[in-house]
Amino acid sequence: MSEQPSAPRATGTVQVKRGLAEMLKGGVIMDVVNAEQAKIAEDAGACAVMALERVPADIRRDGGVARMSDPEMIEGIKAAVTIPVMAKARIGHFVEAQILQALGVDYVDESEVLTPADETHHIDKFAFTVPFVCGATNLGEALRRISEGACMIRSKGEAGTGNIVEADRHLRNIIGDIRKITQADQAELFQWAKQLQAPLPLVQEIAETGWLQVPLFCAGGIATPADAALAMQLGAEAVFVGSGIFKSDDPSPRAKAIVEATTHFRDADILAKVSRGLGAPMTGIGMDEINQRYAERGW
Amino acid sequence: MQVAQPVVGVLALQGAFAAHELALAEAGARPTQVRTPADLARVDALVMPGGESTTMSKLLETSGLFDEIKARLSEGMPVFGTCAGMILLATDVRDGRPDQRSFGAIDIAVQRNGYGRQVDSFETDIHVEGEDVPFHAVFIRAPKVVSVGPAVEVLAVHEDVPVLACQGAVMVASFHPELAGDARLHHRFLHHHLRRG
Repeated sequence: MSEQPSAPRATGTVQVKRGLAEMLKGGVIMDVVNAEQAKIAEDAGACAVMALERVPADIRRDGGVARMSDPEMIEGIKAAVTIPVMAKARIGHFVEAQILQALGVDYVDESEVLTPADETHHIDKFAFTVPFVCGATNLGEALRRISEGACMIRSKGEAGTGNIVEADRHLRNIIGDIRKITQADQAELFQWAKQLQAPLPLVQEIAETGWLQVPLFCAGGIATPADAALAMQLGAEAVFVGSGIFKSDDPSPRAKAIVEATTHFRDADILAKVSRGLGAPMTGIGMDEINQRYAERGW
Repeated sequence: MQVAQPVVGVLALQGAFAAHELALAEAGARPTQVRTPADLARVDALVMPGGESTTMSKLLETSGLFDEIKARLSEGMPVFGTCAGMILLATDVRDGRPDQRSFGAIDIAVQRNGYGRQVDSFETDIHVEGEDVPFHAVFIRAPKVVSVGPAVEVLAVHEDVPVLACQGAVMVASFHPELAGDARLHHRFLHHHLRRG
């Protein structure tokens, strides 16, 4: 080898931040509330865990203000597993995000599941070294989050319901509009940008590449292996499972089955095999039974 | 094995397999996703992508791929492992999970997440043996090579640590050539290793 000095390291760049999202593709990110659950998730093959104080189903049941988790709990989870650890900050609460970055979490979720701290502004995510994931119900919302520096988008679905209907709707909204934009001419792209309330250059980029600038994952309502495979067949590149695992009768086998279903999402024989004998899934709730839709939070 | 357009499998259990497919196509191969033993039987060579090595290790077992890949490696199937893929191919994995298995196909010791957590992830330029133009390397929660055996050829170092190496038909990188928009290393894998195999 020729002896040359090593070039310096550049940290916190867009490529480095989006890069971790690339590494999580095809995987399952599981909500956990303590180190014990984090270990179960890692044992089951989760590609990352999301540390939070209460799973969305409990936040929905208990009400009140939902905030960033206790740093001690996040540190306990970090110490328990070797896979990436994510944590949630409230929409617009950039100080919670600063704290999460200082704790060394691997991804921050600026999440509508927590009570918003700002009803106009999201966090300036370019100001951070840690990458951010944000939720979106449609393509305009996704592009606004990307323009603020989000490095991963997850369709919001409706967290804590165990009901896949909203995740399906949001994925179809986002991916359907991407398909239409790839067919649009230049004049129509101006109209698309206006209609989506999104920056024109991002809309033009989608017209060229046929896909979002960052990975698109699915969250909110996945309760079964079939739900995870549905999200993947609709075009999601990975899935988040919140209440669906630890609110089911037997979390460990269900978590393993959802991991396998996400990998083999087009193989109905494997899906049939892994869906057997998992015990009862979380009960779930219909959309007409809930009075607070988390997906409506975000601007 | 002189193949006009080799069929190169990309292990697609979890991770950055899609980006590898793009780079392989650019380098002149026909990429295909490998999730089952039947998929593996159709390929001339294999790429193991970045992702979570613990997750992949479990899915290698449940899919029945572990033993099949092990057998193909012993027959000399060319393989290129990046990041988690490098961990799966190493003989010695430090800071892994006790139940994590690796193929032991290249005589190196690697430390999982040896470069730190995501806030320590970085990009830089490296000099690759035999290449005049530097290669842009992206390190994501990367494994660190802590020692290499005598049969291993080191192709690039950064800060005195090997980051690209090969042994026979096995090539490994601790960074992500599939994210660089530069298919030179995929090209090198296809031309140096596949034809030798």
